[in-house]
Formats: sequence, structure tokens, C-alpha cells
Amino acid sequence: MSVAAKTTEAPVGWAREGIAERVAQDIPNGSYVNLGIGIPELVAKFVPAGRTLVYHTENGLLGMGPSPAAGQGDPELINAGKRRVTMMPGAAFFDQATSFGMIRGGHLDLSVLGALQVAANGDLANWSTGADDAIPAVGGAMDLVAGVKWVFVMTTHVTKEGTPKLVERCTYPLTGRGVVTRVYSDLAVIDITPKGFQLVELAPGVTFDFAQERTGAPILRPTH
Amino acid sequence: MIDKRFASAREAVADVRDGATVMIGGFGEAGSPIELIHALIDQGAKGLTVISNNTGTGLVGLAALLRAGRVRKVVCSFPKTAGSTVFPDLYRAGKVELELVPQGTLAERIRAGGAGIAAFYTPTAAGTPLADGKETRVFNGREHVLEHGLRADFTLIKGRIADTHGNVLFHRTARNFAPMMATAAAVTIVQAAEVVEAGALDAEAIVTPGIFVDRVVHMPSPALESALNEAGASYA
Repeated sequence: MSVAAKTTEAPVGWAREGIAERVAQDIPNGSYVNLGIGIPELVAKFVPAGRTLVYHTENGLLGMGPSPAAGQGDPELINAGKRRVTMMPGAAFFDQATSFGMIRGGHLDLSVLGALQVAANGDLANWSTGADDAIPAVGGAMDLVAGVKWVFVMTTHVTKEGTPKLVERCTYPLTGRGVVTRVYSDLAVIDITPKGFQLVELAPGVTFDFAQERTGAPILRPTH
Repeated sequence: MIDKRFASAREAVADVRDGATVMIGGFGEAGSPIELIHALIDQGAKGLTVISNNTGTGLVGLAALLRAGRVRKVVCSFPKTAGSTVFPDLYRAGKVELELVPQGTLAERIRAGGAGIAAFYTPTAAGTPLADGKETRVFNGREHVLEHGLRADFTLIKGRIADTHGNVLFHRTARNFAPMMATAAAVTIVQAAEVVEAGALDAEAIVTPGIFVDRVVHMPSPALESALNEAGASYA
């Protein structure tokens, strides 16, 4: 499955599904979880057998189920990405103030989000590159990172151009300060600690140096 | 006797004046009161401030109201949904003002406005550009941002079922902002697919109590933004 890091062109580390599967392993049974739009949505496919998670979508549903078949479903039963979803037994609907009360009030266990940049101090930038012609849009990201107990970031380690997304300090506009708990990339699992990036685990076939060379700040080696 | 029914969307929005602030329910197309928005376009009020989570897609509903040039300012959390071109074009051309608000802060500002709370402190957006120029204060070692309650002249929302007293139930994730918006406007207008006599609804199940609702319009088969767009519809 993995390929040794012989050249920079070779596929190395986890594919998107591999990252999602690795994230899913760390989510305890019974957790209330908000999965961000895009790559984080893949996590739901890989929840280990025997664990039941309750998915929250901030537009007003707890107990969100998978998307229905194409053309099926209810156009007013949607997720935060405005795609049709289903509901699981025990689901509940609620308004936006209640939904964000769950988020801001610390009732949700986990938020899994994408990132443009994550800094060694836990700062997250994931809503804007600050480009002049961009239409600014933030949705619920700032509320999620401000309120949810654990914030997991799921991201490629570098941009398409090869620029590190794990950096000393974010240069893009922030979503939140010091909010990220842990980063899952295609190359590694990395905790945010008071001392900065702390390696938890390397993806198969990835060496420490390979990951460090692609990171914009020092990574601390595992202490054990 | 109380009967809040209005015979048509046209009559329900007839007194919206130029420069009014209008809250419009919906998250994407879920809960968007398309017929009330179209009636507002026909009515002609301009210079509106619209408070709504999104800015519409295609050339119908919210997007059509914007395209008709009736909106001076949008207060919104996510104005660039897929299929949304009208707002981005107007914004880039400098023809509409945007106040970008985090989604949960938007919900709470509306809730506060309706509940008589002038302002509140939230940790959301502390240390980000969306807190620029706002008062901050530290509680329990953590920075919070002062956010002000929002009120409006009119609220337009969509319900599944309403009664003649204005009690409303919603449909699934179409509920979203409607219950808060109903509380925060001088005049709240509901379009409902079904309208029943007072007493017909289970009082335990009512989501929005009738005290928050002023006008009820029966709209038995409300249009959906996606269906209109797939059909190539363009309003006004």
C-alpha cells in the first residue's frame, strides 16, 4: 500500500481515505462529532465496527446519516455543505441558535476540519487566503473552533505547489487562535503542544526527515 | 378573534418600504421563502438591508432580489455557495455592501435582538479579522468579542404548517434561522404549506409560538430553488 520515499515524485504516505481511516481510529465510541465539508466527510466511512458516533451538522440536525442515492432524499434535509443527507434513529432537529449553543457551549466532543494553514501554536487558517478578489465567506468554522472540545485538522501536508501547510505562524487570515488539537496529514499525525508540533506517528513509508523537510516549523520527535 | 391569515404573498409584503431591514430565513434552499421573496421583488421596495445566511443561487429567490438591484447591504455568513454568481458579481462591482458574520454569531445576534439583549460576549472570532474594531474582554482567561443584537423591520420565513394564531412548525433542516428571525422583527411573515385553525396543532410540539408571528400566508406547493434553477427559471 505504501511506497518508500525514494523520490519526491513517488506517492508516499496515506491517500485521502487513509487519512480518514486514521482519524476514525481516534474517535471514541459515543462521541458527538461535527465533520467539516469536503475531506473530513470521508471519516464517517471508516468508523471501526462496534463504535456508534452521533454526527452533528450545524444547520440543525443531530443524528445525520449518509447521503441518499442520487436523485433521492429530501431537498430540505441537508448538511452544512447543502448536500442531501438522511437521519439515523434517535435524530433530532433544532434551530441555529440551539445548534451553535451545542458548538459554542462545549457540548460537542470533536470537530474535524480542513485547513489552509496550521501553525505550531495551534492557530488555524481555513476560510480565506485574503486575496483581493475573493468573496469572503466563513460559515460556522469560527464557532466550531471556538467551542468544540477537540479540533482535529485533516489536510495534505503541503499545497499543490509543495508549500508547507504546517507553519511557524499563519500568514492567511485566522479562523481561530490556538485552537487545533491534532493534525492528520498524508505524511503524519502531529499533536499541537505548548512546545509546538509533536510527532505522534508517521504514515507508512514516511521518514521523520521527509516529513520535517515538508514542514514549516520544527517537529519534536516522539518522547517514548 | 385572532386570525393572522393574509390572502396572498403580495398583500403580506405590501408595506415593506424603501430602506427597510429584512431578515430572510433559509440555509441554502432549505427554508428559503421563495414566494415571499418574489412578492417582495414585485412590490418594488429598494435600498434593503437583507439579513440571511446565504445569498441565493441561480436567478431566483434571494439571488433574484439581489439581481433586481433592491439590496443595499447583506448581513451574511456564507455568500458564495456553489451556483451563486449574482452576489459575487455585485460585490466585486462594489454594488452591494457585505457584513460577514460567523454563522453561530449571526444566529445568536438575531436571537439576542429578539430577546431584548442589546449585546453579548462570544469567544467566536477572537483574534481573527472578523473581530477587528470590536470591543473585546477577557473572561476566565479567554478573549471574547462584543457582538450586538440584530433586529429587523420585517422577517420572511417558510413553515410547514401554521395555525390562524401564527403558531408554526417547520420541516426538518428548513427550520434553521426561522425561529430566531421570527422573534427579531417588527413584522414577521410566514408562508406555510398548510394552514389550520387554532387548536388543531399539538401545543407541546409548537416550535414558534404565535406571539412572534404577524402574518400567515397559505402557500400549498412552495417552489424549491434547485428545481427552479434546473428548469432554467429567472425571476423578474
